[in-house]
Amino acid sequence: MKAPAVDYLRPRTLTEAVDLLAHASVEARVIAGGQSLVAMMNLRVASPGLLIDIARLPELHAVASYSDAVTLGACVTHAAIEDRRVADPSRGLMPRVASTLAYRAIRTRGTIGGSLALSDPAAEWPAVLAALDAEVVLYGSSGRRSLKCTEFTTGIFQTKLAQNEILESARVPKLSPDARYGYVKLCRKSGEFASALAVVVTDPRRGYSRVVSGAANGSPLVLADTSRLVAEGPRDPDALRGTISGDLDRASDRHFDDFQRNLHTVAAMRAVQQVLV
Amino acid sequence: MSMIHVRINGSEVADDVPPRLSLADFLRERRNLTGTHLGCEHGVCGACTVLVDGEPARSCLMLAVACDDRSVETIEGFAGDPVVAALRRTFHERHALQCGYCTPAMLITARDLILRKRAGSEREIRDGLAGNICRCTGYTNIVTAIAEAAQEIGKEAPNAQ
Repeated sequence: MKAPAVDYLRPRTLTEAVDLLAHASVEARVIAGGQSLVAMMNLRVASPGLLIDIARLPELHAVASYSDAVTLGACVTHAAIEDRRVADPSRGLMPRVASTLAYRAIRTRGTIGGSLALSDPAAEWPAVLAALDAEVVLYGSSGRRSLKCTEFTTGIFQTKLAQNEILESARVPKLSPDARYGYVKLCRKSGEFASALAVVVTDPRRGYSRVVSGAANGSPLVLADTSRLVAEGPRDPDALRGTISGDLDRASDRHFDDFQRNLHTVAAMRAVQQVLV
Repeated sequence: MSMIHVRINGSEVADDVPPRLSLADFLRERRNLTGTHLGCEHGVCGACTVLVDGEPARSCLMLAVACDDRSVETIEGFAGDPVVAALRRTFHERHALQCGYCTPAMLITARDLILRKRAGSEREIRDGLAGNICRCTGYTNIVTAIAEAAQEIGKEAPNAQ
């Protein structure tokens, strides 16, 4: 189908964009790559009255590398991450993830900020950035605030982004040289949305380990016991499977059916195996 | 309505467009460039793939108004392109199309794979084509044609300036 009628504005600065968002008299949506929003408009699932195009705001393309982290502007595309055209705090995890995300013609336009702000439960970045202990920086009428990704996404397409805020950047801690990671995306066709995602990050030098399940009927699900177990380098597959099962059982609000439980267990087991040396 | 200036296949074009108009409909209905095809209109089938600022993009998922000051290449714009020339020939020789509906976007996607050196094996080509659906061929001949064109371009490349 075709998108419904809509107004369109392209502000020059982030402050102007936030002003437009805060004072719109109709439902205003921010558009960057538009790779989900325009599809949703074409399907008539979304019909905003006003689009505020932030794709060209220079502030949102900024990438900065600090001693302990990299900040990636919201409008950095998946393709830029895939091609390593921007600093990579994750020692290869993020480029690897980007290369599995949809299709190249989507990755050239779609942005990391858009993926986080929409928080499709099956999307890659919310789960991967939660596993990396990243934060998002939100810019709104009353200034900036930062939130951990694990707090930012609250449910299916639900986040703590306020109506007058724009996701400005993601701040991703740098992995140390002996960090290891695992990533498994289960789907039936290359590039489609995941049926199950598992991301494992372990960084002994920083005393950090985390296992996250994505496409988990809600926000990215941190497998707490499995995260602790991973730090010990689990050798016994049965014990590992039992721990993952326990974590999935405790997430009773996700209402996994048997098939989904099995997919998430298999994805997590395979991802953990990737970090064992 | 919004005034946009777009460079399409090398020519500057100005037009007044409603914001809801997709780039695909702009190309087909305002510019008569009907080689860009629309299948699903939600980014899954890949038939509408064009180049925006040199990179492949879904023209059904881009609003024409967002293409202001950008350059767009459609299948009609590759007349002098050596990679597309090689692909056209191998698609012909290998019978890599039947109805032809997906073909313009297949050529544009294949050209991008070859130029990014992502057409080195059957697996790589199949992965790279995952976002372009063909409902006739079963892909075998398309993959073969792209592999042959990639080899040919690869052989020429060391001598290219």
